Order: sequence, then structure tokens, then C-alpha cells
Amino acid sequence: MPAVQETVDQVRRIDVDQYKYGFETKIESEKAPKGLSEDIVRFISSKKDEPAWMLEWRLEAYRRWLTMREPTWARVDYPKIDYQDYYYYSAPKRKPTLKSLDEVDPEILETYKKLGIPLREQEILAGVVREDGSTPSRVAVDAVFDSVSVATTFKEELKKAGVIFMPISEAIREHPDLVKKYLGSVVPVTDNFFATLNSAVFSDGSFVYVPPGVRCPMELSTYFRINERNTGQFERTLIIADKGSYVSYLEGCTAPMRDENQLHAAVVELIAHDDAEIKYSTVQNWYPGDAEGKGGIYNFVTKRGDCRGARSKISWTQVETGSAITWKYPSCILRGDNSRGEFYSIAISNGRQQVDSGTKMIHLGKNTTSRIISKGIAAGRSQNTYRGLVTAHRKASGARNFTNCDSLLVGDKCGAHTVPYLEAKNSSAVFEHEATTSKISEEMLFYCRQRGLSAEEATALVVNGFVRDVLQQLPMEFAVEAQKLISISLEGSVG
Amino acid sequence: MSLLEIKNLHVEIDGKKILNGLSLNVEKGQVAAIMGPNGSGKSTLAYVLAGKEDYDVTEGDILFDGESILDMDPDVRAAKGLFLAFQYPIEIPGVATMNFLRTALNAQRKARGEGELSTPEFLKRVREAAAKLDIDPEMLKRSVNVGFSGGEKKRAEVLQMTMFEPRLAILDETDSGLDIDALKIAADGVNRLRSPERSFLVITHYQRLLDHIVPDVVHVLSKGRIVRTGGKELALELEARGYAEYQDEAA
Repeated sequence: MPAVQETVDQVRRIDVDQYKYGFETKIESEKAPKGLSEDIVRFISSKKDEPAWMLEWRLEAYRRWLTMREPTWARVDYPKIDYQDYYYYSAPKRKPTLKSLDEVDPEILETYKKLGIPLREQEILAGVVREDGSTPSRVAVDAVFDSVSVATTFKEELKKAGVIFMPISEAIREHPDLVKKYLGSVVPVTDNFFATLNSAVFSDGSFVYVPPGVRCPMELSTYFRINERNTGQFERTLIIADKGSYVSYLEGCTAPMRDENQLHAAVVELIAHDDAEIKYSTVQNWYPGDAEGKGGIYNFVTKRGDCRGARSKISWTQVETGSAITWKYPSCILRGDNSRGEFYSIAISNGRQQVDSGTKMIHLGKNTTSRIISKGIAAGRSQNTYRGLVTAHRKASGARNFTNCDSLLVGDKCGAHTVPYLEAKNSSAVFEHEATTSKISEEMLFYCRQRGLSAEEATALVVNGFVRDVLQQLPMEFAVEAQKLISISLEGSVG
Repeated sequence: MSLLEIKNLHVEIDGKKILNGLSLNVEKGQVAAIMGPNGSGKSTLAYVLAGKEDYDVTEGDILFDGESILDMDPDVRAAKGLFLAFQYPIEIPGVATMNFLRTALNAQRKARGEGELSTPEFLKRVREAAAKLDIDPEMLKRSVNVGFSGGEKKRAEVLQMTMFEPRLAILDETDSGLDIDALKIAADGVNRLRSPERSFLVITHYQRLLDHIVPDVVHVLSKGRIVRTGGKELALELEARGYAEYQDEAA
């Protein structure tokens, strides 16, 4: 981990409890009226120029949602959410369609620049070397600002490879057959309270289609930013890897610091056909609230991948450091024979954060395998729960799972919990489960400090070591980013 | 002026008195051995010098280069040039030894207002130091002390000492758990670092380490204070007669 020193420097530069991405972009926006109703759903749909079938789909979801109740089984505690008190649509005021980056509001570009997100593909293509000597990365980016996508880079180059990468709002218009075929096929409209809400009001997100046999020539990335006050973000991402294709996708998220809570309820659906592979990585850094638990994002996310084809593979890697409340279980349905699901997770909670996260590995096909590596780090007064389900259907002969859940406690006011559910309906299934909970040891910290590291540097080093197995799963440059994030998240945890 | 001056040091842990008016000076460039029976306070002295919490200094002072270090954090002391080779080096899973060395070295340099070492310069130094200690470069890729044999752990401590170039190195029972070959390699490593600018405090129960690291002075610690001081021949005397008389004397 050569970046640790860099990490440590980063930590040095910022004050305790300072969320680096907490700035607000001053920009005029167009919002739907506050609250949720059929009219609002129609408003969103019409803003997006959606075809009638899409509107119907949304309305059906909305009607269904009205009959549903918010789930309460997770180990998280928050005041009742008033769903009528949010804005469900907010867009930067600008031309409806953007032909190039030059038409994007400079304020927004500035925002992404501050966040370190490369939108200027020209710069990237020209091989520009920045002042600090680093070369901009070759990653295609879709930037979503509140409810709309503001820019997607590398579209042309991807098009040559046959890869479709665009905002889902555009895909609904340009590729209706693909969207119709796959949308809601992994996470049904009626799946759960938050997913159903998302289905009714989702605003934007990314759509990816990789044709048969194509290895996507670059990393795809979406960057989500919630800017507006009292605005919910409901993004919807749909990724389809056709037979024998491969794609690696990364999402990043940040939001300004605000006293009130903001709502984020995303749905991500992945479909992998025969021999296809999807690698989905998340670096989630929504504003976590202040040290006393004021403000922060409520993050209720449904992510599910369907290994639909034989020998397909879906791999989730997540680094979760933000949000006041996290409710998130990226899952794999292992439908195709010999398919494989993976879940690698680092969940760090500090302050008053509450995390209830994990995965579901649902073995349906024969000889399906899954692997779960979860590293939970609880600091401050946070609560960190791993909740995971591994199940083998009665036809899933030869199903195999390996689960490893490690929790690390920093300080003595936090909590780590592990809630595994295992169900084998097939006698040939083999599930292995390992779990450890440990406290960061004084001996370890003293040893590091005797070598010259401050208490915080020592903690960051030990934690980075603890999560190394998972960090290695991330694409290289995001691993570096994640490492920094880990240190920053642990700011103020040593006291 | 002595590099290290310990003045009438009284130390308790959990209300139990361990050091009881210990006074000791270590001169610049001196190799001082501290010998004593089990429970005499040897390891406590090492930890208190390095700044470990849980030890209450109830009386006395420790001056390093004329400055009291009692209120300094362990990392501040480290940056000032105080190094402790642990009796039981700690394992840090997932942190490669190489990375650990570099992070720590740069943290110290930074604290002293020096620039970070460039990667090639750092690698050059590590490789040279490792080769002299018979450390396989592959070992440096492994996590700090994880899965290291007793001998490897001690050699890794001497490697760190070599890299950090401390002004005072405290060796806490560096000989424990080592066979004679490993002991010799570690001792040679220490001997190479001897210089008029560097002092050593070699803490040991047995005389055999001092065959290899020959001290300028030997102090006998018993019941939390220095009860006798002599030349290197004192170690041989202790080896022959044991500690019994000092335990009685202090009682």
C-alpha cells in the first residue's frame, strides 16, 4: 500500500469532523413541487419526455407503494420520514439537451472538478499531464447532479466498441426495447418499499449495455451528487452484459453538508448472460452527519445482480464510509449453472452513523459458487451491522459459499454486529462461515507510535491493513481513493 | 551533558510500584547494559522511556538531550531519535513491512522538518540494510511480523533500527528466543550501528548477548532501582554468581 503516506498527509490537512465534500454549489434549479402524488410522477415522466409505457410503469409502482410499509427489521434507528416533505425532482436550469461539455453550467463543472472527477475527456485524450505530475485517468464518466445526468464522457469511443453507456433517461428514449426487456427484471417493481418508491420517481442514473463477446475498453463510472436542499435522489442504474462480455463499473457519491437529512433510494440492476462478467464497485461517501448525528444522508439502496447465464459472474465491491443511515444489501441471484457471485465490502462507521449492510447470495443453478468478504469497522458511537443471507435452492446441487466477516472496533462506545442467515435446501451444498470481532489493540497502536506515527496515523495504518483483502479488489486508482477515504472517515475516532 | 538522564524515577502500574527511585545516565556514544532478575523492572523501564501509556510516573524525571520527555507522546520521542526494539514485536496484519518502514520513516523525517525520502533512495537503503542482516527481500513484502519466526522478528527490529538511525536505541531482551546464529546476526547489526553519536541501552537477563554486544558499562537493576554499576566484567560476575545477592540486598 504505497499510498498510506499520502493518506496520512490527507488526514493531516483536514480538521476533525470536516467532510471534504460538504460544499454547496450555487446554481439555479428547476424543481417539482414538494411532495409525492400521481401528478408528481407524471411531472417527472413528462420532464424526461418519456414514452407512455414508462409513465404507466411508474404509476403502477406509485400505486403499489401507497399500499406498502417501510421495513423496520434493520438495526437502524431514525425519526419517521415524511415522504411529503421532499422534492422528488430537481434539475440544474439549463438547456434540455446538452451537445457538449461546453454547454454544461460552469458551476457544475467546477463542482466535479472540486470532487476530482474527470469530465474533460479532451484533456484525457490529449494526454494532458497535470501540475502534480499525474495523468488523468481513462475512465468514462456519467455525472448525475441531483436528478439529471449532466455529462457522459467517452461516448464516441465506447460506441465504436458497441458499448452503450448513457443516462437511463436517454436510454428509455433511444433504446426502449432493451430498457423494456430488462428494467425491473432483477428488482421487480414490487420488490420492497424503497425499490418501489424508486420505480415511481427515479430520476436518472446510468444505462450500460455491453454486446456479446465485447470486453468494455475502459472502466465505466457514474458520479452521483446530491446538491439541492430537501431533495431525494432516486437513481436507477441498469447494466446488461451480454454473452461472453465483460464490464467494470464504478459509482461514487457525495453530498453537501446539511443540518437536515436527505433521502437517497437507489436501485441498481445487473444482468450477466452466459459467460459474461460484471464487476461493480462503489465508493460511497454521502455526507454522514456531524459528530452528534445531526444531518446526513439516509441511504436505502436495493442492488441486485442476476447471473442469468451459465458461467456468468457478478462481483460487488463496496467501500461504505458515508451516510447517516445505510440500508444496503447488494445481492447475487446465481441462476445460471456454474455461475459465481462475489461480495467484497468495507463498511466504516464513525460518529453516530448506523450501518446495516451485507449481501444475499441466492444459489439456484447447479455448481454455483459465492464468496463474501466483509470488513466492518466501527468507531465513535456508531453501530455497524453485517446482515447476510446465503441460500441454496433444492435444485442447486454442488452450491458452495465461503463467508468471512471481520469486525474491528475502534474505541469502546461503538458496536459491531453480525447477523448471518444460512439456508441449504440441498444436501450437497457446502457453506463456510468465518467471523471475528476484534478491538484495535493498544499494543499495536503503541508499536506504530514508537516508530513515529501519531495516534491517528497509526489507526489509519492498522485499519488499512485490516481491509487490505478488499481494497485489492478495487480498480487500482479507486483503491487509492478509497484508502484516503478510510483515513478521513476515521478522523476524530481516536480520543 | 549525558544524552539520557533518568533522575529518581518512580513508576507505578495499576497502583503497584515498579520503579523505585531509579537514577541512571547514558552518555553519548555509550553502550550501557541493564541486567537484572525477572520482575526487577527492566521492561517497565524500556516502556516508560518509550512513552507507553498505563504507566504512572509519580516522581522524578527523564531528560533526553537535556529536555524532559515525560509529557511527550511516543511518536514525538521517536522523532527525537528514541528507538525501542521490542522484546515481543507486534504483528500488524495486512500492512507490508516495506510500507510500514517507509511510512514510519517519513513520518519521523517530517516531524523533524526533513523531506521525505525518494522511493529509489528509500529502496536502496532498505535493500542494503536487509542484505547485511541476512533478511530475504521477500520477507519485506509480508505483513509486519506476521508469520515471522522469533529470529526474523528480532532481525526485523534491528532492520528498523538501522533505517531510523536513532540517537538512543533501547534493546529490550533482544536475545530472548534466539538461537546462537540468530543472536550473532542481530548483534552484528547492532554493532555496525555503534558510533560516537549513538547510544544504546541494552536490557538483558543473560550475559550471553553481552559477549556479542560488548558494553561500556553494566548496571544492575533490582527492585526498581540501580543497585550496582561496573565495567563489562560485571556481566561475567553476574553470570557466575546469579542475582541472588542483589535481590537480598534490595529487600
